[in-house]
Amino acid sequence: MAKLTISELQKLREKLAQERQTREGNARGQIIIHMGTCGIAAGARKVLTALLEAMDKQNVRDVIVSTSGCAGMCSKEPMATVQLPQQAPVKYISLNEEKIVRILNEHLLQGNVVKEFALAVGSERMG
Amino acid sequence: MEELALHILDIAENSIRAGARTIEIEVAEDLQQDRLLITIRDNGKGMDKRTLRHALDPFFTTKPNKRVGLGLPLLAAAARQAGGDIAIRSKRGAGTEVEAAFQYSHVDRQPLGNLAATMEALIIGNPDVDFRLVHRSPKGVKQLDTRNIRAALDGAPINSIEGIRRVKQSMEEHGWR
Repeated sequence: MAKLTISELQKLREKLAQERQTREGNARGQIIIHMGTCGIAAGARKVLTALLEAMDKQNVRDVIVSTSGCAGMCSKEPMATVQLPQQAPVKYISLNEEKIVRILNEHLLQGNVVKEFALAVGSERMG
Repeated sequence: MEELALHILDIAENSIRAGARTIEIEVAEDLQQDRLLITIRDNGKGMDKRTLRHALDPFFTTKPNKRVGLGLPLLAAAARQAGGDIAIRSKRGAGTEVEAAFQYSHVDRQPLGNLAATMEALIIGNPDVDFRLVHRSPKGVKQLDTRNIRAALDGAPINSIEGIRRVKQSMEEHGWR
């Protein structure tokens, strides 16, 4: 094996630190896909599958994915809530496979809310 | 709902909201008897008598601030339109078992659909719950148990990227993809 340079070592260190973050629960952010009856009927499972595939492809290791029940706005499903540390949660509405990948890339990975898909900023209510 | 695997996802989500820690799902395709049987069994808090009596009423729900509860009525409608029916066994403190039967060859029976995507959604969305799936069909018996996946993960959460990969790999190994 060739000798590692300092910058390669630093990259390796960052990579391992990110992996450790996930294991220890210090993730970059969390995304909750609403998986109530209304969400499922509107296509929430497809949205989740697309998100997981994108995360796998891009090797995103520090985003926590989870699901919740109906948020009470059934006509706006499929919905998801994104929460970054020290920031208010953002709810996204009327999602599909393409929109969720944009939310992953722009909001979760770069910190920019995708305003065109966002409903409002507020707290999550578990139903 | 377009497929039976989505009903399974929905009913299992109910189990999770009822505090289940273990959920067993069984899908049995019996072509000789022309029957498809789906059973979802959980160790959640179970239903009291009144809830059980009203479980198939779409205008009954146990959730506050809600006026409808459509999961079980939709599954019941899917079973009944395909020459089958639904049975719910539940007791407060003793979990719930939902069994839906369909005439396999019925023209209005919904397709089974993507069981792998349903299991992935359940497992990854609910990392603290154990799931067991048994799928019996003329091709044989396929099984998935999250306890085995967890053991292979060496401490990484099942909803981490390692977990997601392991779940997918497990589904592929068992022929679900």
